Amino acid sequence: MEPAFRPGGKLSKLESVYDGMETFLFTPNTTSRSGAHIHDGNDLKRTMITVVVALIPALLFGMYNIGVQHYLAIGEPASRLTMFLYGLLAMLPVIVVSYAVGLGIEFISAQIHHKEIQEGFLVTGILIPLIVPINTPLWMTAVATAFAVIFAKEVFGGTGMNIFNVALITRAFLFFAYPSHMSGDAAFVKVDDALGMGGGTVVDTFSGATPLGQVATSVGDPVMTNILGKPIGFFDAFFGYIPGSPGETSMLAILIGAAILLITGIASWRIMCSVFVGGLGMAALVHLPNLQSLTYPASMLDPMMQLCLGGFAFGAVFMATDPVTGARTKVGQYIYGLLIGVFAILIRVYNSGYPEGMMLAILLMNAFAPLIDHCVVSFNIKRRARSAAAKVKEG
Amino acid sequence: MLSKKNKEAFFNPLSKDNPVLVQILGICSALAVTASLEPAIVMGISVICVLAFSNVIISFLRKTVPTNIRIIVQLVVVAALVIIVQQILIAYNYDVSKKLSVFVGLIITNCILMGRLEAFAMHNSPWPSFLDGIGNGLGYTIVLLIVAFFRELLGSGTLFGFRVIPQWCYDHGYMDNGLMILPPMALITVGVIIWVHRSRNKELQEN
Repeated sequence: MEPAFRPGGKLSKLESVYDGMETFLFTPNTTSRSGAHIHDGNDLKRTMITVVVALIPALLFGMYNIGVQHYLAIGEPASRLTMFLYGLLAMLPVIVVSYAVGLGIEFISAQIHHKEIQEGFLVTGILIPLIVPINTPLWMTAVATAFAVIFAKEVFGGTGMNIFNVALITRAFLFFAYPSHMSGDAAFVKVDDALGMGGGTVVDTFSGATPLGQVATSVGDPVMTNILGKPIGFFDAFFGYIPGSPGETSMLAILIGAAILLITGIASWRIMCSVFVGGLGMAALVHLPNLQSLTYPASMLDPMMQLCLGGFAFGAVFMATDPVTGARTKVGQYIYGLLIGVFAILIRVYNSGYPEGMMLAILLMNAFAPLIDHCVVSFNIKRRARSAAAKVKEG
Repeated sequence: MLSKKNKEAFFNPLSKDNPVLVQILGICSALAVTASLEPAIVMGISVICVLAFSNVIISFLRKTVPTNIRIIVQLVVVAALVIIVQQILIAYNYDVSKKLSVFVGLIITNCILMGRLEAFAMHNSPWPSFLDGIGNGLGYTIVLLIVAFFRELLGSGTLFGFRVIPQWCYDHGYMDNGLMILPPMALITVGVIIWVHRSRNKELQEN
């Protein structure tokens, strides 16, 4: 079969596609012909797969929670399995669309340039369904994914060359292009049936706003409720039984993913920890008695609660640690992470237009990551040059 | 009247030497007024008029103006023309002049104008200068119209204010793309036009 795909063969136009499938399924038996090469078994594909594995807890819980919220909304009792199945059916089309559009564009672009297909979309394709509200129409997700892959990735040179996190660009595109579908009451809880399953009418007391959305629009002391108006506490947010984008609600599932990423050494613990430290510090700062005010209702939130709500934890673990768009120097990673945490809370609290600031904070710092690295490196060069000069003088 | 040189002065700015796509001039007004077609076309016509006539006037004056005050003279001529255009707009098309707000006034600082006056009108006789002015103005207008076409079509579903995307699309869940109305998308649209333009004109590609 192979010769048909090689140059001159009948199907040579599809060489990249063939190569991509072959190396994805089998270990290639070509080795380098010259010199000694030290090679880690951990290539790009394995790194990507590990990230996908780390995302699975958040994905499974996300599906389950979609079901939980749905059956709460229509006021019908359902078994856990039914809830999970409903969520699975609700999310499956989004996952399929995200992969089909993204991989389609990657395959076409690789074929046009006669390059090997890069597997960078493997992670992006699963991140997109996790951060896009479940009620977003599929065609919007498709348009946004296509936009992000072309303008945030391919024009910069493909996998590994992008300045901004592709999944977040997808979300940002949706957020600015179709704002009515990305926030408010109707975005985060799926109330109609999923591929024919779980139809029903919504109960009267239903309100689908996320906790952060409720806080942003509240007057007076913010009270967070679930979709039926019952107040929620820290553990609802920690386990994730709240409305929100599928992947972001459960702190617990995200922490399991974080553990996988840290144990395998895939993600930078420096970035991850400093994002949490920055966010906690900023949340504590705005929560100080003489700084919190009812004008900015989010400043009334407990700092630990701040971290559990919205996309903060998900962004810190899976988005900020993206090795391509983040800072690379060690000192730079601390600064980068710290500023993401600080900006996320800052936007959340003081900009009433955006109840959630994590997406914008990460994208902003993506833009500054190269600058941070540059400053760290040149500072290091200067410092060593100075100490070398001092040594010469002494000697 | 239409020697080869004159033809070049007129036709080159339309594509090969386009002020926006190749020289990357006049970008800020191209981003600001292209949310819909009507202000874009009015802006384009205004720039064509100002550019053509200031080119002619400066070309007449080119031998009498002392070099060290030439920029001031150019500015005075352009400013006078811009004020005339602005007053005409306010008098006859008040709504559009509101939409264009400061950007008609800012034609004075449009890089295309100073560029053409300095590079062409100062060294050429009035007739070629006139053609050059019209050509560059047209080149600018064409880009403005392409950008505005896509931004209005995708952002508002209209062209020149008329609804072109039928209602049943909206009934079936189609929505206008709010991002197209925002300035960042104008920049990306200009970028895409430049991309297409360069890939069709290989000699313009830089490495």
